[in-house]
Amino acid sequence: MKRYSAFAIAREAYRHHKGWERAWRNPEPKQKYDVIIVGAGGHGLATAYYLGRNFGITNVAVIEKGWLGGGNTGRNTTIIRSNYLQDPSAAIYEKSRSLYETLSQDLNYNIMFSPRGVMMLAQTQHEIRGYQRTVHANALQGVKTEFIGPKRVKELCPIINLDGPRYPVLGALWQSRGGTARHDAVAWGYARACSDMGMDIIQQCEVTGIDKENGKVTGVQTSKGAIACEKLGLVVAGHSGVLADMAGFRLPVESVALQALVSEPIKPCMDVVVMANTVHGYMSQSDKGEMVIGGGADGFNNYTQRGSFHHVEETVRALVETFPMISRLKMLRWWGGIVDMTGDRSPILSKTPLENCFINCGWGDWRVQGNPWVGLGYGRIDGQGSFPANRRVFNVALQRGQIYRRKRRSRSGALMEGTCKSLILQRPVQISHNPLNACERLLVNVEAGSC
Amino acid sequence: MLIFQCPYCGIDADETELSPGGEAHLKRFGPGASDEDFESYLFMRENPKGVHFERWRHSNGCGKWFHAARCTMTLEVFGTYSAQTFEPPQEIKDKISQKRPGWSWRNFS
Repeated sequence: MKRYSAFAIAREAYRHHKGWERAWRNPEPKQKYDVIIVGAGGHGLATAYYLGRNFGITNVAVIEKGWLGGGNTGRNTTIIRSNYLQDPSAAIYEKSRSLYETLSQDLNYNIMFSPRGVMMLAQTQHEIRGYQRTVHANALQGVKTEFIGPKRVKELCPIINLDGPRYPVLGALWQSRGGTARHDAVAWGYARACSDMGMDIIQQCEVTGIDKENGKVTGVQTSKGAIACEKLGLVVAGHSGVLADMAGFRLPVESVALQALVSEPIKPCMDVVVMANTVHGYMSQSDKGEMVIGGGADGFNNYTQRGSFHHVEETVRALVETFPMISRLKMLRWWGGIVDMTGDRSPILSKTPLENCFINCGWGDWRVQGNPWVGLGYGRIDGQGSFPANRRVFNVALQRGQIYRRKRRSRSGALMEGTCKSLILQRPVQISHNPLNACERLLVNVEAGSC
Repeated sequence: MLIFQCPYCGIDADETELSPGGEAHLKRFGPGASDEDFESYLFMRENPKGVHFERWRHSNGCGKWFHAARCTMTLEVFGTYSAQTFEPPQEIKDKISQKRPGWSWRNFS
């Protein structure tokens, strides 16, 4: 792989740009791989990358029914943050966020990580109390956030209207190192690095069946023929239920559409990410100048990758009060992604009833910001395989005893707290006050089988 | 946008007039049930790409709950029926069979 650098650009400029090579190979599938990962989105590719980088397992195929990064990786609003209340959530997302800081250098691929700051508006007294609590929790977790007043909100985001009347801005939860990253560049960067390690990324190859023998997976049937494997990882987001069906087990997951839209490009007017939970809307400005706007998820099962007019209306109507200047913008593009929601909005990273088959799903709307950590963590599970015998550690079935503390199913799923309870271990891990340590320890415990 | 005919008041109601209520025909387990049954009742859900049965409420209308058969892939509605039943009526099943031969959902087909 030729490295990208300023020197490379200068060199290619003299050669009429004829020396660039393809970022990744587009091979035909081999007969057999050590590991097959189904789904070439951010999570799948990150899994493959850390499998290779941290475990030296490179006889890996990442198979994808559409095109690379064409699912939810290309269908989100690119926001990265780690201002979560619960310890496991904060630990995971803060580790993930910190990996994003150096990901461009690690991958030698510009993922355009822009830690421009994420602001979550408090528009009710209840939200003020909630965010103040989160700030205190974050202080203990080592995640840098602060609660700011309306004056500071206005300084950071001058286009905002503080006065309401219906939803006045009373303050905000501010994470200065949160931000955005170019979502497809994350997938492309991982894909390039994986391909360079000799892994095969096989696009337009749909899994049509899973071959099993004595409770073990032996391979997959695909639209490009049968491929055998030693281990299988399912990282297919919205289609987790479909794949689980093929593999013969059930998941506590339902697929719903989550939609977002962008406006026509305008001059730079907002250099932070603003999320407004009360009104179910969030907005940032892309480098091209488009206002990227996201709203809530559908309340019913849905595999259509498209939006619905009344959701757009609800989201935009709510945002117009806080951002009057967007009222005359035209909508340019609009998309829907299929997110896999667990009942409590917590992700699943688990072994399955099949011995050598692993699943990563249920990330709902927090997928992007979890990318690197999940790759790291999941890669470890895949790589070790001998991941603790105790099935309850990362269990498909949620933890008993914790089932009463549910989050309300809501159309504002996008903005709700992911509590990561599926990741909470049966015997609690000592979560230290440093989330990075907590996260490492979580993984170390998993490896050692000590939980 | 989804449009259902409310089986009680008979009018065609669109999505904004209705509230989704999740999977239909759940068997409920409460105190005294085994952990597996209770857990499965709380969390395990059908998630088909295709024919699906759901509960909906005509919340901005007559306010009553009803059942609906729908395709999650195309958003096509096969029909709606009363909430006071443990399984889809044969008439609805026949309608689905016409359009999706060989369909199955849980143990219905």
